[in-house]
Amino acid sequence: MTGKNRQDYWKANMRLIATLLVIWFIASYGFGVLLVEPLNAIHFFGFKLGFWFAQQGSIYVFLALIVVYAWSMNRLDRGHDVEEQ
Amino acid sequence: MDVQLLTYLFVGASFVLYIGIAIWSRVGSTKEFYVAGGGVSPVANGAATAADWMSAASFISMAGIIAYSGYDASVYLMGWTGGYVLLAMLLAPYLRKFGKFTVPDFIGDRYYSNVARTVAVICVIFVSFTYVAGQMRGTGIVFARFLEVDVDVGVVIGMVIVFFYAVLGGMKGITYTQVAQYCVLIFAFTVPAIFLSIMMTGHVLPQTGFGATLLDAAGNDSGVYLLERLDQLVTDLGFSEYTSGTKSTIDVFFITAALMCGTAGLPHVIVRFFTVPRVRDARVSAGWALFFIAILYTSAPAVGAFARVNLIETVNDTAYEALPEWFHNWENSGLIAWTDKNGDGEVQMSAGDPFAGTPAYTGERGPHGERLLSNPPTDNPGEVYIDRDIIVLANPEIGNLPAWVVALVAAGGVAAALSTAAGLLLVISSAISHDLLKKQLKPDISERGELLAARISAAVAIVIAGYFGINPPGFVAQVVAFAFGLAASSFFPVILMGIFYKRMNKEGAIAGMLVGLIFTFSYIVYFKFIAPEMSTPEHWWFGVSPEGIGTLGMIFNFVVALVVSRLTAPPPESIQHIVEDIRVPRGAGGAVDH
Repeated sequence: MTGKNRQDYWKANMRLIATLLVIWFIASYGFGVLLVEPLNAIHFFGFKLGFWFAQQGSIYVFLALIVVYAWSMNRLDRGHDVEEQ
Repeated sequence: MDVQLLTYLFVGASFVLYIGIAIWSRVGSTKEFYVAGGGVSPVANGAATAADWMSAASFISMAGIIAYSGYDASVYLMGWTGGYVLLAMLLAPYLRKFGKFTVPDFIGDRYYSNVARTVAVICVIFVSFTYVAGQMRGTGIVFARFLEVDVDVGVVIGMVIVFFYAVLGGMKGITYTQVAQYCVLIFAFTVPAIFLSIMMTGHVLPQTGFGATLLDAAGNDSGVYLLERLDQLVTDLGFSEYTSGTKSTIDVFFITAALMCGTAGLPHVIVRFFTVPRVRDARVSAGWALFFIAILYTSAPAVGAFARVNLIETVNDTAYEALPEWFHNWENSGLIAWTDKNGDGEVQMSAGDPFAGTPAYTGERGPHGERLLSNPPTDNPGEVYIDRDIIVLANPEIGNLPAWVVALVAAGGVAAALSTAAGLLLVISSAISHDLLKKQLKPDISERGELLAARISAAVAIVIAGYFGINPPGFVAQVVAFAFGLAASSFFPVILMGIFYKRMNKEGAIAGMLVGLIFTFSYIVYFKFIAPEMSTPEHWWFGVSPEGIGTLGMIFNFVVALVVSRLTAPPPESIQHIVEDIRVPRGAGGAVDH
């Protein structure tokens, strides 16, 4: 394994983390906290949307983010030949 | 069979199961004692993490807190789940690669300093004792409620059970009992939740029933959404709207962040990820943990809303004698109290306290058969005191569920309290036997000696935690502020920078950790203990409550650490290699490059 490969692997990991954390932030702090009032004007089934994000939606998004991360990292590990044997 | 007997049977059977697992999984090495030998499957570890994580408070009190504070309680829902995203991406896989036994282990090695290690040990012990004392108390309360024994006797029974599997089985015993405890507690929580959802909305899933329309008394669709009805009911009684909050946006933001980062920084959660075999398992396992937690955390707000509607519609403006039996039962247990202020014989609800303090019963009965109180009434029209824990405890009765469901809820409550207590006790014992004794005071201690020391310190920790459970000191009630605030302001930043910033050195880490810790600790102590009357938004810094101040402490920690590390020498070459090595999953590959 070369130093270059290692650096590429780490950079790809950082990009992935950054993207997913932006979504993490928007789904919870964005929709559930900062924008909760404007979003509450929108109805989503029987919920006000902002309230739904704060008490339900954000949790589903969190779960999806971990699944995407774990799956993408397995691919990335193999792609850079750094996976565990 | 009567409820009491069934409850003894269910709780007793669950204890036999836990002790059986303890005997089956007893350990012979420190690696097994500290990290279950590193051979736990990611799914089992996920379930164990979920049980470890969901305490008596999550199980018994959370739905009630949500029922009474509506949107404001979202901080707990987001805060206690969002932290797993941080764990999965920023901490767990790298700490698993590092491959040691404890959190102070990582901090001590990465920052090549026993001072850093000792600061971490002190912090681990304080955070964990604050947390565990509340769990022991929780076990006692569950026993007291369901089995009619004294709270103190309940604490002692809890101590004996935990002693058995923590001392005998260490992390291995704890892990497999936690898996069993998760099954018990999630079944106990979801069964009443599903019944309640079907009863009120016709939806099987509480998560969709939460956003559905209510059924009327005849079982037909009333066309009114649950949450609309709830908003209307509570505003009629003078509360603010259920779906919008009363806390300031900045406070909600800061509390959520402190709970998320605190979750990711709590030692008893982090060590769970040391028990899986590989780095990739650590990532997947965080996903399983959140999945198992989310089952309860997405049901709880639905349960809270169902129960609140049900409670108001059943109780408000109803004659005392006409109320269902559960109301009188829980009044007899001391969780409900009624004082007929206007003398109409009906129970009126309203925002604000009906009387000062918690109910002080005189021992006499009033004209309607109610227990009389000596509390001075307040001048608001509300007449009824309802303890929030009722929401979960009385659910089976409110939903007319069979007696075995009540017994199941009791077993679930005990499981939730015991599993969290055990995880915390293990962290305390390994901090003492491994980080203090083996790594500092007596490095030449034998494997057997260290294992014995770990067992003795677990036993001593149980006794101290039990003592705090029986005589709870003031700080125990402030678990949210102390445990999460301190974990967020001390561990989370130093571990994060230890992995993601190679240039971070011991001077920066120690300075950052101390600043974060001392600032957060002082702020909480000042507003919670020295001057509680000052604890209002006007006096808080930037309007941030003590529950959210850990976020500010964390920011200070980051800033101080970065500045100090820039002004001092970089860490030695060997440390930078450690950091490079933990960033890639492959084990042996690390040595090839240098």
